[in-house]
Amino acid sequence: MNARERAAAAAPPTHPAVLRIETVSKAFGAVTAVDRVSLDIRPNEFFALLGPSGCGKTTLLRMLAGFETPTGGRILLDGQDISPLPPERRPLNLMFQSYALFPHMSVRANLAYGLEMERRPRAEITRRVDELLATTGLSALADRRPDQLSGGQKQRVALARALIKRPKVLLLDEPLGALDKKLREQMQLELKRLQHEVGITFVMVTHDQEEALVMADRMAILRDGRLLQCGTPQEVYETPVDRFVADFIGVMNFIEGAVDPGGVFRAPGLDVPLARPAGTGALAVRPEAVEVLAGPAAGMPGTVLDVAYHGLDRVLHVRTEAAPLLRVRVAARHAAEWRAGDAVSLRIEPAHCLFFPDPAP
Amino acid sequence: MSPPDMKSGLLVTPAVAWLVIFMLAPCLLVLSYAFLERGTWGGVEYTLTLENIARAFDPLYARVFLTSARIAALATLFAVLLAYPAAYAIARAPRRWQPVLLFFAVLPFWSNYLIRTYAWIVLLNREGLVNNLLKALGYRGEPLSMLYSEPAVILGLVYNYLPFVILAIYSALSRLNPELIEASHDLGGGALRTFWRVTLPLSLPGVAAGGVFVFVLSIGNFVTPALLGGGRFQMIGNLVYDQFLAANDWPFGAALGMVLIAIMTALLLVQARLAARAGGDTARPA
Ligand SMILES: Nc1ncnc2c1ncn2[C@@H]1O[C@H](COP(=O)(O)OP(=O)(O)O)[C@@H](O)[C@H]1O
Ligand SMILES: [Mg+2]
Repeated sequence: MNARERAAAAAPPTHPAVLRIETVSKAFGAVTAVDRVSLDIRPNEFFALLGPSGCGKTTLLRMLAGFETPTGGRILLDGQDISPLPPERRPLNLMFQSYALFPHMSVRANLAYGLEMERRPRAEITRRVDELLATTGLSALADRRPDQLSGGQKQRVALARALIKRPKVLLLDEPLGALDKKLREQMQLELKRLQHEVGITFVMVTHDQEEALVMADRMAILRDGRLLQCGTPQEVYETPVDRFVADFIGVMNFIEGAVDPGGVFRAPGLDVPLARPAGTGALAVRPEAVEVLAGPAAGMPGTVLDVAYHGLDRVLHVRTEAAPLLRVRVAARHAAEWRAGDAVSLRIEPAHCLFFPDPAP
Repeated sequence: MSPPDMKSGLLVTPAVAWLVIFMLAPCLLVLSYAFLERGTWGGVEYTLTLENIARAFDPLYARVFLTSARIAALATLFAVLLAYPAAYAIARAPRRWQPVLLFFAVLPFWSNYLIRTYAWIVLLNREGLVNNLLKALGYRGEPLSMLYSEPAVILGLVYNYLPFVILAIYSALSRLNPELIEASHDLGGGALRTFWRVTLPLSLPGVAAGGVFVFVLSIGNFVTPALLGGGRFQMIGNLVYDQFLAANDWPFGAALGMVLIAIMTALLLVQARLAARAGGDTARPA
């Protein structure tokens, strides 16, 4: 069983999927933007599609919304194949990466638009727009045009406009991508709160792994159009299926070496018993799983290159024989003990290590 | 003036000089005639008067203004109605075909205005191509007299200015962010309502630019009414032409021209205001 099959088999079948993506592919000529991706999105979850730029996230989202036709596979909403439906007949809404607010309409008119397209009674439209304006804190801006709004305000309007029809699933394409870091962190919490409040399934695209870890109930990692792993942030962080995911999610140290026939990983100055079959590969260790020992004790020797300030934590950059740069997290109260040039020795806890064998040549 | 200002000042100098010497100065000169008395053999007497301006508002001439405005308005209407679908089709064509299609749309414009207008005489006269074609198709009645009529003048104006309108509307449509259309579909808007609520309003600056262009050029036009109207339709342009070249009443011609320029300027200002208000906010993201 390879890692992908294991991940698929581990998915519990007890949750009915609100949105089921079945081996969906999309090719643009010779470019395969999405390659046989299968995912189940569960009701009311906050699901993140994560991957580097160009991995096919937007394309997948646009297929869900109906703007691109899959070249293979099916998309089921509540068990029904929605592939033949045009975007305007799908009970999903998309929040565009560029917001795509109607520039000739006020905030209020932008929000009302979706309900007007449903031919709702005027009174109901007014009531629902006012309600949502209040929920999203936009009441004071109701009569402004998009070009009179700040980036954060536009982002809220785009979100409110996509929510007003109470879609079964809300699709968000990098919803916080255009905001500066501070505002983004604030909006991450607010978006989570709003999702709880409205009780709608969210599928959010992002290239920011930190954002996905913070916000998602579950997440999928895509690369070159293919699904690498799907799971909770904790599963993905603690048991990445391959070296790419391990590197992409959080901070990871890789130490090149080989496992000997006795099952011990060996690199210059380092032995870690792993109980694995022999072969070359990389040992993966999180910065928080490396311990700095006082003095040149029985650990792997290294030299501190510099000490980086991270609030409560410090990250030591250590050069060792086995790896030119190891990142080691230490609590701030110990950090004062180290400075650049110091000789240290590092201990790596085997239980916190992962090993990724080199691909067979 | 700071150095960069001075540099750009120097760069525009030739163009400004050209406009002042060959455009602004002659115009002001002619317009100043409006306040002078006519000379017996053309030219002007240097005596100040407001009589010419007053005469330009005489009901007789007001009617000519109204006729011109009506013809120009109809030409504008038809030009916009014809140009919009064409511009829309070009803007929605595959990107690499768009320059080719635009080239063909603008192609007639590269031939001489007079020749293009004469071509319509060849087509429309009683022994012309259209009547011959009808005859060949079995039509046995009197040949249709299409030429020398108001519709013929309007046809000529529409034909001549259509490329501008197509270009203006195309440029508005091609600048429209396609995600706005998608957003409308996403929110439940079908093709028709999306067009009506999003595409059309956002392309109105282009429609206004093209429309004002046709109107302004049509209301002052004298070649097309002279050729296709057969002199039976007096538009302001013809009237001004006649004052200068036939009636030898330069001051009155200048007064009429002044009113015409005032109308045109007002329209262009309104259009510029509209365009500025619509602003660049329909543009696609970078
Ligand atoms: N309309 C299109 N035509 C051709 N190629 C496209 C089109 N849309 C996306 N692609 C290609 O598909 C790949 C995935 O793009 P996209 O889904 O936008 O990635 P992401 O959103 O993850 O950055 C890219 O290589 C991109 O160039
Ligand atoms: Mg994208």
